[in-house]
Amino acid sequence: MRLKAKLTEKVAFLVLLLSTLVIVIPVVLITLLILKEGLPAMSWEFLSQKPRMGMRAGGIFPAIIGTLYLVGGTMCFALPVGILAAIYLSEYAKDNWLTRMIDVAIANLAGVPSVVYGLFGLGLFVNFLNFGASILSGALTLAIMSLPVIITASREALGTVPQNFREASLALGATRWQTIRKVVLPNALPGIMTGTILALSRAAGETAPILFTVAAFYLPKLPKSIMDQCMALPYHLYVISTQVTKIKPQVQYGTALVLIGMVFIMNFCAMIIRAHFRRKKQW
Amino acid sequence: MVDGAAAKVSIRDLSVYFGLHRVLKNVTFEVHSHEILGMIGPANSGKTTLLRTLNRLNDRDTHFRMTGGIEIDGKDHQKMDVNLLRKKLGMIFALPAPLPLSIYDNVSYGPVVHGVRRRVELNEIVEQSLRASFLWDEVKDRLDMPAMKLSGGQQQRLCIARTLAVEPEVILYDEPCSGLDPISTAKVEEAMTQLKNRYTQILVTNNTKQAARVSDRTAFFLTSELVEIDETQRIFTVPKDKRTEDYVSGRFG
Repeated sequence: MRLKAKLTEKVAFLVLLLSTLVIVIPVVLITLLILKEGLPAMSWEFLSQKPRMGMRAGGIFPAIIGTLYLVGGTMCFALPVGILAAIYLSEYAKDNWLTRMIDVAIANLAGVPSVVYGLFGLGLFVNFLNFGASILSGALTLAIMSLPVIITASREALGTVPQNFREASLALGATRWQTIRKVVLPNALPGIMTGTILALSRAAGETAPILFTVAAFYLPKLPKSIMDQCMALPYHLYVISTQVTKIKPQVQYGTALVLIGMVFIMNFCAMIIRAHFRRKKQW
Repeated sequence: MVDGAAAKVSIRDLSVYFGLHRVLKNVTFEVHSHEILGMIGPANSGKTTLLRTLNRLNDRDTHFRMTGGIEIDGKDHQKMDVNLLRKKLGMIFALPAPLPLSIYDNVSYGPVVHGVRRRVELNEIVEQSLRASFLWDEVKDRLDMPAMKLSGGQQQRLCIARTLAVEPEVILYDEPCSGLDPISTAKVEEAMTQLKNRYTQILVTNNTKQAARVSDRTAFFLTSELVEIDETQRIFTVPKDKRTEDYVSGRFG
């Protein structure tokens, strides 16, 4: 009997380990492949020059800048709205059918395919509000796509702040807003920041939402205002992989490497913020 | 002191429900100015609920409902501004609940949210409050230290100082010594006794001996009801109710 239990234990251990490896192996392989194929393309010229010869040569500078603009714009819209909505839902809203409806809506929004957000952005921002294909439309579309994740992450972060901090503050006669501003938010901020950065890093790599709302096929000059179109890394990668013939693979892999490099840097920032605050945390 | 003293808090026919569950049933009594009122009784008898109803922390619970009346200085406490009410009725929790701030910022927190801005004034409030709760000598050289690093007993006295800093008139203690060792307990009790001439204090405790040591009058609660309230000496020597006698003499159950 004990032998059988030991055997089961070993099998369970192996299955669990294998399942974990199944997650890790593709990540490692993808990263290695892109590094191997993309690194040769890396040069100062590739990062700082406009594309030339029908995007077969030169660099991807406008796409890098475009993606930075889009991520920045997305953050400007999604961060305040997301945090404020999360505060309302977690700290103010009563637990009634309306709040529960909103919760369900947010959970469902997180599962909506990104191309649907793209169509929504096309309908609302590009056409109805007449922003045209512009950084503004694209950033707003990406912001709406990121909101459910930011709200969910922020609510989780707010939820980890102990109830007795809130009660201690309220019991001293502080208002709810004073309590939130002085006690709850400072302690929830690291969690909110990491959640937001992860959502933004996902937005940076999305193609579908920017397809109809902002991304330009080929636009070597840099955008001058938020009403301009711009190039963006994920869409550029799609274009040079499917629309441009006789292109060297290293240009494609180089672009992919820059994109995942940016995403990695953002995720790394999130990790550093989390580690920094965990060390400072007193409870 | 007791006879003819003015009623600071007056509770009339108070019943409290959470959903359909009744936690307090037709409770009526008064708390006199400058007395320490002990509230004893087994767990789930409604003592803590009564405290949290008094300073309206229970309002945060959507299932909370109350009937009957509570008056503070003759004013209906439902009609008072909730933030001013909570300032007036300070609360000390069972587990010391310092905020994740420095010692100084914990004590100055209340005055700051109520609009005190001048550093000199804050400094003075912090020192006075810490002196009043007998913590000043232990922490005066390290006011910048995180409050979480203090010992349990020091944290609880910090919480008392923090409450005193907003100049309450009534202090509610919810089993303030349940997590403390006997020496820390003695210090908290000493602080309570010293605070008597300036504040009205209500002490919920699971430790009957503590009520006997510090309170002027004692109320005994059992299964949502107030069984008996009288001078502490009488409750512990000649209680009117058999159940009170059983409880205070440890024959309960």
